[in-house]
Amino acid sequence: MNGLPREHYLNVDYGIRSWLFTTDHKRIAWLYLLSVTVFFFFGGIFATLIRIELLTPQGDLVQAETYNKFFTMHGVTMVFFFLIPATPAVLGNFLVPMMIGARDLAFPRLNLASWYIFVIGGLFTLAAAAAGGVDTGWTFYTPYSSIYSNTHVALTVVGIFITGFSSILTGLNFIVTIHKMRAPGLTWFRLPLFIWAIYATSIIFILGTPVIAITLLLVGLERLFGLGIFDPARGGDPVLFQHLFWFYSHPAVYIMILPAMGVESELIAAFARKRVFGYEFVAFSSLAIAVIGFLVWGHHMFVAGQSVHAGLIFSLLSFLVAIPSAIKVFNWTATLHRGAISYDAPMLYALGFIGLFTIGGLTGLFLASVGVDVHVHDTYFIIAHFHYIMVGGSIMAYLGGIHFWWPKMTGRIYPEPVARVAALIVFLGFNLTFFPQFVLGYLGMPRRYHAYPPEFQVLNVMSSAGASILAVGYLLPLLYLIWSLRYGRVAGANPWGARGLEWQTPSPPPTHNFDTIPLVTDAAYAYDKEPEEVYEFGKSSHA
Amino acid sequence: MSSASPPMPDALSVRAHQFENVEQQHEASWLGMWVFLATEVMFFGGMFTGYAFYRSGYPGAFAAGSNRLDVLLGAINTAVLIASSFTMALAVHAAQQGRRRAIVNCLLLTMLLGTVFLGIKSYEYYEKFVEHLVPGWNFSFEAPFERTAEIFFSFYFAMTGMHALHMIIGIVLLAVIALKARRGRFSAEYYTPVELSGLYWHFVDLVWIFLFPLLYLVGRHL
Repeated sequence: MNGLPREHYLNVDYGIRSWLFTTDHKRIAWLYLLSVTVFFFFGGIFATLIRIELLTPQGDLVQAETYNKFFTMHGVTMVFFFLIPATPAVLGNFLVPMMIGARDLAFPRLNLASWYIFVIGGLFTLAAAAAGGVDTGWTFYTPYSSIYSNTHVALTVVGIFITGFSSILTGLNFIVTIHKMRAPGLTWFRLPLFIWAIYATSIIFILGTPVIAITLLLVGLERLFGLGIFDPARGGDPVLFQHLFWFYSHPAVYIMILPAMGVESELIAAFARKRVFGYEFVAFSSLAIAVIGFLVWGHHMFVAGQSVHAGLIFSLLSFLVAIPSAIKVFNWTATLHRGAISYDAPMLYALGFIGLFTIGGLTGLFLASVGVDVHVHDTYFIIAHFHYIMVGGSIMAYLGGIHFWWPKMTGRIYPEPVARVAALIVFLGFNLTFFPQFVLGYLGMPRRYHAYPPEFQVLNVMSSAGASILAVGYLLPLLYLIWSLRYGRVAGANPWGARGLEWQTPSPPPTHNFDTIPLVTDAAYAYDKEPEEVYEFGKSSHA
Repeated sequence: MSSASPPMPDALSVRAHQFENVEQQHEASWLGMWVFLATEVMFFGGMFTGYAFYRSGYPGAFAAGSNRLDVLLGAINTAVLIASSFTMALAVHAAQQGRRRAIVNCLLLTMLLGTVFLGIKSYEYYEKFVEHLVPGWNFSFEAPFERTAEIFFSFYFAMTGMHALHMIIGIVLLAVIALKARRGRFSAEYYTPVELSGLYWHFVDLVWIFLFPLLYLVGRHL
């Protein structure tokens, strides 16, 4: 009556303790999935409040001070507690050991500790929100954050500082695992591209995150103990803060998008039933984005008082990032060419990703040009640009990945027709929300204001209407995915006929993933061959 | 390793389930520690960057501030830390040879030297407090650097404070390792934790080797 395996990682043990003390990477992925989902909807509430306020030109829902707290809480929650951990900590945790044929990550207890650190950091930030919020913007620019703001900056900053260690330890775990735990025969160029993307992301985690940690710590020390490192009254330089902040926070954008690109490669290959075109280029473009991404932070500071020469060089380097990004887009498109394409829900998200990421990326080139940036700096053009990358790119791919691997995680498949409708709603709602913001910004509407001149109202109403459609698109998967946990059709080991080691073990997998560690003889995406036999319990495969 | 003797029971029991063999586990732990140290370099790097930026901007204030630090105590502390790195290396060496008692003694000596360092450092902090050199608390400095010298001392306290925090963590870590060594958890085949704590300890010492000249010696032209 029930085609699920008799024993798997979800039913091997029951009770809250078996979850809170688990070291199984798959269960830890669920812990992250639950926590980032909570933060996603928490941050979404503030987005909703922002869009309601902006329905009318006057500030009629809230005062300016409250509005400042809204967009700060929205940004802090979404950036640090959803976008950065979402794909690496949920899908990465679940998939990295399975894709490389390992029983677990290299350091399972450290992995669990990372989740606890994440939650503790999150609680600090939630406590700051409950105590009255914070109004500096997610960028915490000094000296406003370190001296003048009367809101809960220190509590929020401590929360982000703590959460940073979760990122660092997760990245460390992935790097060691990918280096040392690959199954026999799984050479670097046989790895799925998701692994390359996670590896590149992990490099940013371990090299970037410590810098934001020390920077925010210095802001906190300045606020609490009166240290004077960023205080202009004592000769300190606020622009130094911006340099240190963006040294991490620009690469952090690539933390959000690189794993999404990894998911994208898996989805495109599976639903076009083809090897990813130019595998090596896509793999190395991930590393190139990680490396060049560390050298472009100054494009956030074109009008902040950095020298013209620095501006020119940062402009040039920012253009360079477009090359590896474009390589990916072209290669995914080339993969679709003459593929046997099916339009299941994950593929709809994947196709949406290509278009939206392209728009987000190309408008990024506008912003990398100093002249154009001076015109649209701090307008809704910027808002639209990075939401196309983060929401249109990262979240689309994250949702696509969740749908694609849902059968593997739960053993059950979601209802396909409603999922396709939801994917289309997300796509339409997203574009209606954010495309008008490009126009608004180009016409000169500045960001971070709760009121605006009446001539901007039509575009703002369009944006708010789109946001309500987008909200429906995000709530639908929440409902039907939960529904499918109990009522979903049993998926079987490989419902998509996909290649990759994670599909060669039952769904849901056993606690140690594989009965026998697989021997890899082929590169990833061998869609020109028959799928590998599924490893069954008690039977030894690879005869 | 002689092929006649079977692997030590210790070496077998330490293998965690996710690893194929002890060697893979050792390599993973080793790489993990180096990756962690890379993050530490970036962590301190943020402060070194800020230091470099302000020192080029306010060389006079940095020299004047540096002159108010106690070079003798700083030099003694440098010697203490180098000596502790030596005893730490001896502990790892003893672990390679499986000499349990020597591991414990060398670790205790390392912890003792670390504590001496922290004691001297606390005395220096006390002196700074008495001399009204704590930024944001009771800071006063002679003209013309009455404002900008505060930045130097902000870096002094942030950098040495962060370093001292790492020392405290290191001493706790070594205490745990010493306890495990006393209980015979390590052998000539398996001593990864001793080796890795050694790496951490040397790293923290190395940070001080940079801090000492940058903070104590920049103002002096011999």
